[in-house]
Amino acid sequence: MTMLYDEALDRFEPVLGLETHVELGTKSKMFCGCKTAFGAPPNTQVCPTCLAFPGALPVANAMAIESTIRIGLALNCSIAEWCRFARKNYFYPDMPKNYQISQYDEPLCFDGYIDVEVNGETVRIEIERVHLEEDTGKSTHVGGATGRIHGADYSIVDYNRAGIPLVEIVTKPIPGTDRLAPEVAKAYVTELREIMRSLGVSDVRMEEGSLRCDVNVSLMPRGSSEWGTRTETKNVNSLRSVERAVRSEIERQAGVLAAGGKITQETRHFHEDSGTTTSGRSKEEAQDYRYFPEPDLVPIAPDPAWVAELKAALPELPSVRRKRLQAEWGLSDLDMQAMHNADAFDLVEATVAAGAPPADARKWWMGELARRANESGTSLAELPITPAQIARVTELVASGALNDKLAREVLEGVLAGEGTPDEVVEKRGLRIVNDEGELSAIIDKVLADNADAVEKVRSGKIAAAGALVGGVMRASKGKADAARARQLILDKLGVSE
Amino acid sequence: MSAITRDEVAHLARLSRLALTDDELDHYATQLDAIIESVAKVAEVAAEDVPPSSHALPLTNVFRADEVRPCLTPEQALSGAPAVEDDRFRVPRILGEEA
Repeated sequence: MTMLYDEALDRFEPVLGLETHVELGTKSKMFCGCKTAFGAPPNTQVCPTCLAFPGALPVANAMAIESTIRIGLALNCSIAEWCRFARKNYFYPDMPKNYQISQYDEPLCFDGYIDVEVNGETVRIEIERVHLEEDTGKSTHVGGATGRIHGADYSIVDYNRAGIPLVEIVTKPIPGTDRLAPEVAKAYVTELREIMRSLGVSDVRMEEGSLRCDVNVSLMPRGSSEWGTRTETKNVNSLRSVERAVRSEIERQAGVLAAGGKITQETRHFHEDSGTTTSGRSKEEAQDYRYFPEPDLVPIAPDPAWVAELKAALPELPSVRRKRLQAEWGLSDLDMQAMHNADAFDLVEATVAAGAPPADARKWWMGELARRANESGTSLAELPITPAQIARVTELVASGALNDKLAREVLEGVLAGEGTPDEVVEKRGLRIVNDEGELSAIIDKVLADNADAVEKVRSGKIAAAGALVGGVMRASKGKADAARARQLILDKLGVSE
Repeated sequence: MSAITRDEVAHLARLSRLALTDDELDHYATQLDAIIESVAKVAEVAAEDVPPSSHALPLTNVFRADEVRPCLTPEQALSGAPAVEDDRFRVPRILGEEA
């Protein structure tokens, strides 16, 4: 029933829409003082307000308001001069109030955009709105065959997460991405995650649910300008899944449409194992939520002077920073992409700040250290070595005290907990042999042991000197300066290059 | 003037997961009509110089600092729950079998 991706794209054009939820990293919940730690035992972070006990009233968390405005500013949004919370009424036990405090037609931030890079092209994603709401509790469905809500015997609910501030970021429909739709969706969520990190407003861990993405997809036949019916896919819990969910939904919808069928407007669930989506509940209409202004919370009217201050104090945003670093370091797009994927910008920048030349800083982090991180299954940032230590190693190489091979041994020692680079050099005796007498003695022995090679060099086959240099490096356990050794060998044999 | 139809009451009842008989639907339609008519009287006194309002107090920006306050214990939190399992609130089946 599904259609292969290439054929689907030959016949249809996709229109995307992305709704992203970000749990803010505030210390306390949105409307009460409960803790917000992830993974706490069930119902240990609850109080009369977030459990909706009669008479308990909400009061908005100032930090959550500030963080939401900062997010809006970072996404180039306008900030509402006056707006209200709204009640979203629905009958479902994940909110004990039977409604969720959200925002409806008066979002705190609106009309923004971000630019993302896909295959060297810049794609502008327009932001419709950024609003603030409260997260819901976590239900576990018990009984039935699948552990899903359908067919379950009953459900059990933990309200620790209920009331944690949740920011919803909604894009405008994104047409024109064509075959790149899955990549654009992934690039957008990746960029959002980095912006949130740079703002320090959330830990944005998809695997822990502090960043969640709903993917809207519709198709229209090539040449048509009328958008098709969209579906909303939930449960997309990794960046890779964002890409796969878009692709899978394009293939499925194309199959349905090509067979003369109709797309139903519905919520679908993404399945990590199969990479496909299945139908969920059909969506209630907006009017069914009976939104109305939240009577228990007074309106928000951010002082424009305060908003201007927040804007002026925004950190350098990731896209701006990447452009600056690329220019400063003179790196290619490919180098930048590799560093981006390895999450190496902070480390390399700190290493450069500690005095290392950018090319060396990048070489060590993206080469030897990336290899070791890969081997031990950790990230670069988790390696037990600091940017200042890498800078010191590059300094030792530049001064001629170490060569690259010895430097790798120093790094190995530091990673093994043997101390600072200088201590490792000392303990392992890794300093290059600079003593001409010592080097000369090693060379004499190597020349004496390799009469054949010596003869070849004397007769003009200078390439054979390589074997002699190799012998010196072996005899010195890698501590000789290879170029200096080569020069001394040629001098001793009375030949010049 | 009957603003509320029986179908609308039935829809509302479904959203609220209430099972109502036909007699009850008619009964509540009449009652809801009366409520809406009463509320509509507000519109009669609304004048150009009276802006619509949702809140009784002329206040904005009432916030609290982001500070943690003591929570309930799970025992306290669950003490009024009709059913409990694994320190969680146990609730009846939410949705029926998949169609």
